[in-house]
Amino acid sequence: MTTIAELPPGFVDKVLSAQSTFRSVMDAMARPGSVQRIVPMAGVPGPTMRGTAAIALTLFDHDTPLWLDARMAERSDVVKWLKFHTGAPVVQDSSIASFALISDGAALPPLERFALGTNEYPDRSTTVILQVESLDSGRSFELRGPGIDGVATLQASIRPFDLFERLRFNEALFPRGIDLVLVADDAVVAIPRTTRVVNKGS
Amino acid sequence: MNAPAYNFAYLDEQTKRMIRRAILKAIAIPGYQVPFASREMPMPYGWGTGGVQVTAAILGPQDVLKVIDQGSDDTTNAISIRKFFAKTAGVATTTATEDATVIQTRHRIPETSLHANQVLVYQVPIPEPLRFLEPRETETRRMHALAEYGLMHVKLYEDIARFGHIATAYAYPVKVNARYVMDPSPTPKFDNPKMDNCPALQLFGAGREKRIYAIPPYTQVVSLDFEDHPFEPYRFNAPCALCAAENSYLDEIVIDDKGGRMFVCSDTDYCEGRQAAGHHGSLSAAPYKEKAQEGSNG
Repeated sequence: MTTIAELPPGFVDKVLSAQSTFRSVMDAMARPGSVQRIVPMAGVPGPTMRGTAAIALTLFDHDTPLWLDARMAERSDVVKWLKFHTGAPVVQDSSIASFALISDGAALPPLERFALGTNEYPDRSTTVILQVESLDSGRSFELRGPGIDGVATLQASIRPFDLFERLRFNEALFPRGIDLVLVADDAVVAIPRTTRVVNKGS
Repeated sequence: MNAPAYNFAYLDEQTKRMIRRAILKAIAIPGYQVPFASREMPMPYGWGTGGVQVTAAILGPQDVLKVIDQGSDDTTNAISIRKFFAKTAGVATTTATEDATVIQTRHRIPETSLHANQVLVYQVPIPEPLRFLEPRETETRRMHALAEYGLMHVKLYEDIARFGHIATAYAYPVKVNARYVMDPSPTPKFDNPKMDNCPALQLFGAGREKRIYAIPPYTQVVSLDFEDHPFEPYRFNAPCALCAAENSYLDEIVIDDKGGRMFVCSDTDYCEGRQAAGHHGSLSAAPYKEKAQEGSNG
């Protein structure tokens, strides 16, 4: 039984830490493939990375149904920390989630199971936050799309290995689709639904 | 009592989270209007409540804020919004376009090219470009869902049939990333080309209509037109009377009751910068002459 006193802390300065974290995420979303750093730090329960914890404290609240992968959901310290600091309801049905937290990429469910939005309201879709091994080394990817001046390259070590092949369904679905936020420790890269990613090989 | 009366940047944290989530979705779906729970602000609708809420949600203590109204840093609306954030967020403010990290604007895009470390926040009165063609929200929403924009082309065609050219001079509709038709807010169509492939992030806030939308950096923005009636930016055919600029957007100012008028840059920072750099227009000496006369009288 965890008491509140034993929970890892939230932000020291809620207001300015959330603002700084949001700007990093906003810059990441506006410039897909660019690696942004999250500076403010909070406690990190269980398998939660520093960046993920900061994003959760910045964007989650009682209005954002949250889906957790099995490795997160089975950890009561993670669930309690999220509940205490954000108040976001944890849901079993991934298709109604505003956000999904994935700590084990190999167990990423088919992306169709998340909310894809509707053609009338494409914004009502799940933002998938996926923790990855590295966002500065590994395989090379080429990114194109809004926010990118020509071509952007990303070096990342990501599981599942076929993530970007799976993400290609965004092209046919648009304006519906999945927006992806990759986190490795304090580094963040966003892949909104408009970004086209091709594998450049290693 | 020393406790601050307001949260940083006025809005409470729950409101900021809601607006921030809307901004992220807006960036992910360029040109699509994301509904948001717009709050009452301490200023009337029509004075930039949408832009103010977007600015409040993104602003941090390191930011340098510039606010313009019709290109001017010195009008009531611009000054009061600038003071509002200087007071509630303690941010540095500037009138110099290149020094600003966040620029809130009503109805203009600065003449100076924007750079990648800037965010341009537009105040938007009517975000729906199809609203005057189709009043029902249910219908315009379906038209956007189906990318059914024939009605907008009919409107532009009717301009041509009636006037011989596309007479829409401001709020000229654009297509963003080859998908959504978007209202660029009532900027003069002179500014439309600046939105295309812009290095800065562009965010749009409509407070009364409760919509946020965005154009990510380096995104294609095309002004709607026809092959035989291509889009043309409009500008008065005159140099600025103060700085002699030939390529800036001009305001027409009546200067007497005998039909006299002068054309001056609407972007005050751009005009002052050019005058400081030694450019002089046909009337630029006038204020100095007046000052000299005042001096000799006194």
